[in-house]
Amino acid sequence: MSLKGNLRDFSVTQLLNLINLARKTGTLVVESPVEVILVSFREGKLAYAQDGNEKDNLIAVLHRFNRLSSAQQHALNDRLGHMSDKELGLALINANYLEQGEILSCLQFYFTGILNQLFAWVDGLFHFETDRLPPAGKITVRVDLENIILDGTHRQQEHEQLLDEIPNLDMALKLSNCDGINVRDLNLNTQERRVISSINPGISIRQIASSNQLSENEIRRVVYSLMQAGMVEIMRPEGIRHPLPIMNRPTRTVNAGIPAQKSLINRLINRIRAI
Amino acid sequence: MQIVKIVVAGPFNAGKTSFIQSVSEIDTVSTERRITSQSEQVKEKTTVAMDFGRITVDEELVLYLFGTPGQRRFDFMWEILAEGMLGFVVLVDSSRPETFREARRILETFRAYAPTPYVVAANKQDCQEAWEICDMRIALRLDSRIKLLPCVATVKNDVKNVLLELLYSILEEIDAGVGFEIIPSRDLNLPSFSLNNTSA
Repeated sequence: MSLKGNLRDFSVTQLLNLINLARKTGTLVVESPVEVILVSFREGKLAYAQDGNEKDNLIAVLHRFNRLSSAQQHALNDRLGHMSDKELGLALINANYLEQGEILSCLQFYFTGILNQLFAWVDGLFHFETDRLPPAGKITVRVDLENIILDGTHRQQEHEQLLDEIPNLDMALKLSNCDGINVRDLNLNTQERRVISSINPGISIRQIASSNQLSENEIRRVVYSLMQAGMVEIMRPEGIRHPLPIMNRPTRTVNAGIPAQKSLINRLINRIRAI
Repeated sequence: MQIVKIVVAGPFNAGKTSFIQSVSEIDTVSTERRITSQSEQVKEKTTVAMDFGRITVDEELVLYLFGTPGQRRFDFMWEILAEGMLGFVVLVDSSRPETFREARRILETFRAYAPTPYVVAANKQDCQEAWEICDMRIALRLDSRIKLLPCVATVKNDVKNVLLELLYSILEEIDAGVGFEIIPSRDLNLPSFSLNNTSA
């Protein structure tokens, strides 16, 4: 029996919740057309993660989190690059380069970061391989999923809210009529300044995002904050109306009494057994 | 003549028609039509109004099984079908996790119509792609007290088991003092066109 599907229909949050509650052990493989992410769990806890496109060894991870300088990274790669992560970790601890806690902390951040990438995926085939464990020689961690799920849910809620506010990135932006306001005097961050300077009635939000190398979520966040500040306006297409909530309707009933009810159900049971 | 009804609800292509056909003593009064929507081309035909099966208990008691249409645009019929039901079965296709959210919505909608007992049947458990019951329970956010029953809707014994489990749940509720109330037949929203359609 398989645990497989598409993130479009079964979100990462739901998937992690399932793995957490069922205390599953194995590897979750999630594939998009351009990327594969593998995340291993032991008894419902995050143990290991690997971005299919990046074959980072321990040295690269430690360098990424500023525990090793570039010079140290090169030297270690030359001398110890052939070692497995476990051997490498032991060698670094024995050489007093680092402490065990530092190494595990870096790996936790690294694995959690890979897992967090999945929350941005709205599409992707996934399957869970029960017997597949992290590759031999890799250092594993034990991270509770609850906080990851909570953070991911908040991110997802923010994403959904932004989608609701700015559903269509093919719309254009226009500057609001802010008489007397000088944009230079405003406390804008770099992204907001770049977006403001790109605004043109003939350019879509998507094009602004592309020219400023912003993801869809990032451009939505920037546009939303500018809209909240009353600096830009956007023409929203007419939204789809939600169906009206279904109301309870009272039913006319005849109270049959408990013995009569039980007799009726028992007759039904006997009949169905006899089919 | 006393008439009672059980509703079989579930997402599109969950297997409601097959479920009813497996135990109905009449040819199911089915309102299937060829599918035209590209997005719903999982099967050739679908139920556009409702399925309707019958099990005669004795000269005085008849059980009707109603299958709800699975497509969303027919959900206005659900409330009518739910009126006066003894209980309901939510049928879920175990091999299509993309329908779990819809199944949950249907379950909650029917719960809102009437606080009657219900069971959830995990259909297509013979399918290689089927999810395990314990995973489905979590995915569907079902409390451990709610019966989630593995089944294959084309297997009569599986369907019998689902219906029996629902009836046992109803008995338990009666014992717990939460009895049901029998609705007069005229208020059951029974389709008059099929009451006399006995063929088997």
